[in-house]
Amino acid sequence: MNYDLLFARLTAQFRSFDPRLYQIVSLGTLLIYGLLWLHFDVSIPQIALTFGATLLTQYACTRLYKLPVFDPLSAVVSALGLCIFLRTNEVLIVALAAVIAIASKFVIRWKKKHVFNPTNVALIIVIVSGLGWISPGQWGQVAWLGFLIACMGSLVVTRAARADVTLAFLGFYVGLLIARALWLGDPLTIPLHQIESGTLLIFSFFMITDPKTTPNSRSGRIAFAFLVALTALSVQFVLFRPNGPLWGLLICSPLVPLVDRMSPGLRYDWSRPSDGRMAPRLEVSLTS
Amino acid sequence: MTRPFVCALTFLTGLLLWSGSASAFCGFYVGKADTKLFNKASEVVIARHDDKTVITMANDFKGDVKEFALIVPVPTVLEKEQVHVGETAVLKHLADYSAPRLVEYFDENPCRRYMLMEEKTDALKSMPQSAISRERGRALGVTVEAQYQVGEYDILILSAKESAGLETWLTENGYRIPIGASSVLHSYLKQNLKFFVAKVNLGEQAKLGLTHLRPLQIAFESPRFMLPIRLGTVNADGPQELFIYFLTKQGRVETTNYRTVRLPEAQEIPLYVKDRFGDFYRDLFTQQVKRENERGVFVEYAWDMNWCDPCAANPLSVDELRSLGVFWQDSIGRGNKGMGLAQNVFLTRLHVRYDAAHFPEDLIFQETSDRANFQARYILRHPWTGPDDCAAATAYRQQLRERYEREAQTLATLTGWNIGEIRKAMNLGVRPVNDQKKWYERLWSD
Repeated sequence: MNYDLLFARLTAQFRSFDPRLYQIVSLGTLLIYGLLWLHFDVSIPQIALTFGATLLTQYACTRLYKLPVFDPLSAVVSALGLCIFLRTNEVLIVALAAVIAIASKFVIRWKKKHVFNPTNVALIIVIVSGLGWISPGQWGQVAWLGFLIACMGSLVVTRAARADVTLAFLGFYVGLLIARALWLGDPLTIPLHQIESGTLLIFSFFMITDPKTTPNSRSGRIAFAFLVALTALSVQFVLFRPNGPLWGLLICSPLVPLVDRMSPGLRYDWSRPSDGRMAPRLEVSLTS
Repeated sequence: MTRPFVCALTFLTGLLLWSGSASAFCGFYVGKADTKLFNKASEVVIARHDDKTVITMANDFKGDVKEFALIVPVPTVLEKEQVHVGETAVLKHLADYSAPRLVEYFDENPCRRYMLMEEKTDALKSMPQSAISRERGRALGVTVEAQYQVGEYDILILSAKESAGLETWLTENGYRIPIGASSVLHSYLKQNLKFFVAKVNLGEQAKLGLTHLRPLQIAFESPRFMLPIRLGTVNADGPQELFIYFLTKQGRVETTNYRTVRLPEAQEIPLYVKDRFGDFYRDLFTQQVKRENERGVFVEYAWDMNWCDPCAANPLSVDELRSLGVFWQDSIGRGNKGMGLAQNVFLTRLHVRYDAAHFPEDLIFQETSDRANFQARYILRHPWTGPDDCAAATAYRQQLRERYEREAQTLATLTGWNIGEIRKAMNLGVRPVNDQKKWYERLWSD
């Protein structure tokens, strides 16, 4: 048997998967870990309602905006994100958040791209209105968990070809935290503690990476990551408010069209995952 | 001359098991002797709304008051009107109201129907130089921003250009600074914090006829919602206990940079724990700290101030809450002559065991919109011991043995106590459950 051929076939099969499937598996695993080991305050009805509402809104908007096909994958990713982050006393609030998340993709658009990451915009609206909250410390500081998240997440971003935005964001964020510690004369255990946050890693690997809401060119994405990191840290250390990264992404997202204009690149298409270069390579699936 | 020791939120306090008398409001206590539960504990109350913050710092300082000094980083320069001396009794009331509790239930006669009675035990505690050389201060880059006397305390608000100067100034003025505090002072100075320094004015204390130190209160407006714990971990001998009570309008408070965890609650435990509830709770807490890798912040109580069920102590009155800094209750307080129950006050009680290794960063908080009630409550279920005989009673007596075993295992898991000793204390056999007949033996036994 020709192993080279088998390997080539497997690789091709792997590449032809929609990267969002990996995203769903990774986020799903994290949610289950949170539920079983960390006892997250999320009930099964709440999870069911989140999924139901996101998928229903996606379907309704698909019909309303006359899209050719109903694509549930992005909606499932948004639902998982909401289940992982959002906490509320009133279970119906999660349905509201789900509707906001999905509807924002269809309503707030600029040049055929949606402006905000759906989970991000829904979370901020719910927090600001006092209907729900996020517990940034819910993952604790167990190091291996962070490592696990990083590994699983990196798989996702490699397939989604947005590893650059994650690495750039984490690089700037960690670098600035260390710089702050050095300036204050703090021991490095403090920035290390700040980085040991599951919430930060999930944000970096699963939220900021959304190819639809990041700039099209690599240089644009790196500039964008810098802006998000700077805004996030300003929210934390100048305004003294929690959830810095979420605010950073929300505030910087409207700048993406501007960045795209200054540094143009090709728009991302989920069905044709590229490796993030300026010109996407055409990939032919051997299995089909 | 003895120099005051700078405590920095690390008062040496004892946490006492409080014993109370019968209360008509909602049940009665099971009395307990004074038992030291937690060593090296301090208590802080934070009332906060719209960035307006009132912090009450209580301590049960046991040494010579001449030795006592407190240094706390604060975000703004505090005027005399922003500093106040509170009442220890109110803080004790708050501590009693929110303490972990023991509840008693009594099994019904299985041959008849239910009778229920509640009893609760309160678990925890009560804790609770004038010749300044301005010239020298200027040379060291230290500015005395304000200096005044409030109650029995002499207060200084210091700002400084650099930590070395501040440290020298404090040392020269008779404060003993723990070794290694310099870098922490440096960090706080860079973050533009001022230092609130309090010492006891012995003359004034004698004049007021006080024998204990009353809690100090400071009021300020700042977006910073944090508690500086780093100075307290410098040179500390082992981990320290901190109880933080939050009085907020919207809902529960949690830490954003550490995991906030609810303690296990509503667990049924063996009856003999009634006399050892203090030990039980202390060991349970230690066990939970270990489970969270010594990095957890624990919720002991989160409740709307309007009520409680069961009540370890009555809810605080509007006047008491006002004295702790609840400023948003004005009109209601006047209307009810201060005796009514508070509305729009949510109490969160957090308990942290911290040291420098596991808590390198100051505690940072956020107020959530969570209004779900939570209490650390543990249950004693008294068996029915009547003589009646019926099929249900036989079945009940059989189930009792399984229940005792379950309670023993729960207790062992919660506290880390030896299961063999628990069974012995409960007068259980070694294998009480397994001595029943096998299922197939029962199947054909008739």
